[in-house]
Amino acid sequence: MNQEVFFLQNFFNALMLGGLYALIAVGYTMVYGILRLINFAHGDIMMMGVYFAFYTAVLFSSPPLIAAIVAVAGAAGLGFLIDRIAYKPLRNAPRISALITAIGMSFFLESFAVVVFGAVQKPFVQIFKTKESKVILNKVLMVGGARIPLLTFLVILLTLAIFAVLFLIVYKSKIGMAMRAISMDIPTTALMGINVDGVIGFTFALGSALAAASGIMWAMRYPNVYPYMGFMPGMKAFIAAVVGGIGSIPGAVVGGLLLGFIEIFTVSYFPTMSGYRDAFSFIILILILMFKPSGILGKKAIEKV
Amino acid sequence: MSMVEKKLSTKTQVILTLLFILGMALLLWWADKGFDSYKQRVLRLIGIYAIMAVSLNLINGITGIFSLGHAGFILIGAYTAAILTLTPSEKAMSYLFGIQPWIKNLHADFFTATLAGGFMAALAAFLIGWPVLRLTGDYLAIASLGFAEIVRIWANNALTITNGPLGLKAIPEYSNIWWVYGWLLFTVVFIASLVYSSYGRALKAIRESRIAAESMGINVFKHQLMSFVVGAFFAGISGSLYAHWLTTVDPRITTMGPMLTFYVLIMIVLGGLGSITGSLIGAAIFAILFEWLRDLEQPFNFFGITVPGIPGIRILVISALFIAVMIFWQRGIMGREELTWNNLYKWLFARRKEGEKS
Repeated sequence: MNQEVFFLQNFFNALMLGGLYALIAVGYTMVYGILRLINFAHGDIMMMGVYFAFYTAVLFSSPPLIAAIVAVAGAAGLGFLIDRIAYKPLRNAPRISALITAIGMSFFLESFAVVVFGAVQKPFVQIFKTKESKVILNKVLMVGGARIPLLTFLVILLTLAIFAVLFLIVYKSKIGMAMRAISMDIPTTALMGINVDGVIGFTFALGSALAAASGIMWAMRYPNVYPYMGFMPGMKAFIAAVVGGIGSIPGAVVGGLLLGFIEIFTVSYFPTMSGYRDAFSFIILILILMFKPSGILGKKAIEKV
Repeated sequence: MSMVEKKLSTKTQVILTLLFILGMALLLWWADKGFDSYKQRVLRLIGIYAIMAVSLNLINGITGIFSLGHAGFILIGAYTAAILTLTPSEKAMSYLFGIQPWIKNLHADFFTATLAGGFMAALAAFLIGWPVLRLTGDYLAIASLGFAEIVRIWANNALTITNGPLGLKAIPEYSNIWWVYGWLLFTVVFIASLVYSSYGRALKAIRESRIAAESMGINVFKHQLMSFVVGAFFAGISGSLYAHWLTTVDPRITTMGPMLTFYVLIMIVLGGLGSITGSLIGAAIFAILFEWLRDLEQPFNFFGITVPGIPGIRILVISALFIAVMIFWQRGIMGREELTWNNLYKWLFARRKEGEKS
């Protein structure tokens, strides 16, 4: 394989992985922007979303698209519920209490999945039963000599479409305006007659829906479903959010893509390092926090006494 | 606070403490002889968990550094000690991918190995502390979690040092009751003396307000680093004891990964963040509850109906309980109070007036 083809192959892989990270990272960044809370359970909401899709398809033998829609809706509801049950009572508590609760929630969801769905890995591709739908998984396109699976393009295009919708919601709609207002000043926003808790609940639902969408695409690419599958993608997406500047949605996109590219390219150009793949992102995190804690696109926070 | 506080004299307190230690030693001696081997194992586990909890409490509860890297230090201590206590011939047998020559011939007794584990963990904390402690709050939590993950991933990949994913097996079960509770006593005495010294007051000042502490002339970074290093040292000690209790170490997520940090976090939150005696109580409750819940994972009888065992339900119950504690009972069992002789005396004999509690 010559250099250019090798590069092209990795380029598309990185674009896809980065896009998936970005989709998960948006959920972190929106919640952090509003509540200054790291929603540790976010990666596990993604995992639950994948299970929802899996069981909808397997138990009710519904087509994959319906299963995906059910899963996204289910994850949105789950995100909303988690906020209501676990985080809302702690709105006025010290921030660290909410963080500890979020860690607890993450482990709760993981063990819930172990108990209800079982710890055994399940092949996600089972949800594609008909011949036509299997084409999505198996077809390979030739681009400039590189063999790129159709799935890669599909994921990239879907991610783009989802982001377009997201930007419309956040920057053009009324509820998006309310979200941005809350991230600046909660008491003042409440005084303007905005239902703050409703908007926060909506933010959780939106972020969780995106996580589920990303999780379903993730499971098509790395086709195993298991209760701890959300941990690593969740951690990395969080790192992506921090690298891009937490609280900023364009930052999440930049950070996600950056992380995807660094990961894919270091592993493919230095194959001996592949065992350390998961460690790279943490090293990047520590470096960025040391030298530019506000991230690439983040605003600098001023500490008031 | 009432004007006249009833207090015990220092002499009485010292005598009471010595009597208490003697009583505990007798109790342990009795347990060592009378308990069956399963109960003894749980008893030793309580002691090991208690060291983990007290050391994390120093970092998280007393200094207010929200570190999630404890499992990383425990892992470093566990591997260091295990490599040292395994004999060269045992190591030659278990290392399937070859072994670094300088590691192969290292051998030490259990005490030295445990100390070495503590010092290696402390060294790691010193090195990682420079970048990590520049951060605050959630960022620090994530960066320290990241550090623990890096250590774990390293242990998974450094085949010639750690034996990679296979881990180390057949570690001698040296952690008997006397080693465990001896180290626990040393941990509690050391950390309690630290907390009640001027250093400890500085650490608490940093917890309450970093900026105020700094303006009072406290070198925040230096103090935080000291607390971090001391906490990591005892985490390393507990790691060694844990390895010689489990008799295996491996780099899986569930053994010494984020899960273990989460368990220790539950203990200190349950006992009350910032209370040493609370951490001890929390560790004991957690260990007993966790073992007791093991019954749910085997088939059991529920009001006459035989329920098949539910794997994984232990952690589900524990984490649900943990979330409930965080929402309804944030101060935990002890809050920031300590169970001292004075407090005990006050609670037992001096009747508290209404409204005295602040």
